[in-house]
Amino acid sequence: MSDQNEIPLWEVFIRPRNGLSHRHCGSLHAVDATMALNAARDVYTRRGEGQSIWIVPSADITASDPQEKDANFEPSESKIYRHPTFYEVPEEVGHM
Amino acid sequence: MYSQGLIGADSSSEETPEFLAEFQKRIDREEKIEPNDPMPSGYRKTLVRQIGQHAHSEIVGMLPEGNWITRAPTLRRKIALLAKVQDEGGHGLYLYSAAETLGVSRKQMTEELLSGKAKYSSIFNYPTPTWADMGAIGWLVDGAAIMNQIPLCRCSYGPYARAMVRVCKEESFHQRQGYEIMISLAHGSPEQKEMAQDALNRWWWPSIMMFGPHDSDSTNSDQSMAWKIKRFSNDELRQKFIDATIPQAEYLGLTVPDPDLKWNPEKNDGKGGYDFGAIDWDEFWTVVKGGGKMNVDRITARQKAWDDGEWVRDAALAHAKKQTAKKASATLAAE
Repeated sequence: MSDQNEIPLWEVFIRPRNGLSHRHCGSLHAVDATMALNAARDVYTRRGEGQSIWIVPSADITASDPQEKDANFEPSESKIYRHPTFYEVPEEVGHM
Repeated sequence: MYSQGLIGADSSSEETPEFLAEFQKRIDREEKIEPNDPMPSGYRKTLVRQIGQHAHSEIVGMLPEGNWITRAPTLRRKIALLAKVQDEGGHGLYLYSAAETLGVSRKQMTEELLSGKAKYSSIFNYPTPTWADMGAIGWLVDGAAIMNQIPLCRCSYGPYARAMVRVCKEESFHQRQGYEIMISLAHGSPEQKEMAQDALNRWWWPSIMMFGPHDSDSTNSDQSMAWKIKRFSNDELRQKFIDATIPQAEYLGLTVPDPDLKWNPEKNDGKGGYDFGAIDWDEFWTVVKGGGKMNVDRITARQKAWDDGEWVRDAALAHAKKQTAKKASATLAAE
């Protein structure tokens, strides 16, 4: 949002009901947090979709680079010793 | 809905053949493409154009129905119509947001709609002179839109597909409320039935045209299908819509204005389907190119809304800036 007169973008997160975490559901433009919350309520919760709303200025989100996806996330695939099936436990020990 | 947005679209890409092949492999594996992923410039352009056009259609689509909110015959009909038009505003927002993830700004999209550079579905350039039009629009126009939009829930571009899931969930109420209006009128007094028949007569062919040109004339379809932006061709969707809608018209006791309409048991690989008459493409192109009855009115109304809202946007921004400055100086004073 380099343009000073551009209305900022916000990301909207909704908790469908207590016990679940807030989940990203979309975005909208609003001049400030209060108006963003009001608009999020009007747009994203018209049919009982939520019990709670979070809004975050989109400009404040730092994202990982998709180009570095392999460097970032491949190591977690190759470390099979991080998974329980890597370890052998005799059958007579039972469920562990 | 969206199919018309692709008329004349430029899906050419500047990337290397290796890059394009690699991208195609991802698509073929049914991987979703997300906003910051590398993508061919043609894929991005096609999506910006299609999603933008789809969003504009939702926003302009509020106008023909907005025309009847204050004159709805009962409170029940009025709240339903209000809720439907409000939904359409919401759908426009989901779609604009999805397009914005591709690097186009809301402001730019709005300007393109107002200048006529960006198109919207030509169906909204037809007038709504009677209450029965609210029934016919819900039943036929939203019905055709649903037919188009359900496969888009599986579109390869993640943000578009997710927006479409929300839209489709909400759209089903639109079609049902429209059909309910048609039932009331078709089963009402002779005058009411006549009104319903008149609305069907006027909306049938424009609804059929919503699926866009025949596959043989739709040059951009192949690339969109390969990229899995589009899952079915214009003609496939049109046939599905007709086959689903004819029994609904029969239940209403209304006649679809097509003398060539005939059940053909051989169609759809022997499952049967309807043969239908020739579509008046001259009318379609006239409306697409701005010669419809309401083209000027629709853009004038959008331009007025934009201009009349300017002071509100300016005031809200000025207020927000003032509040931020106030807060900043208060924090400074406290330190």
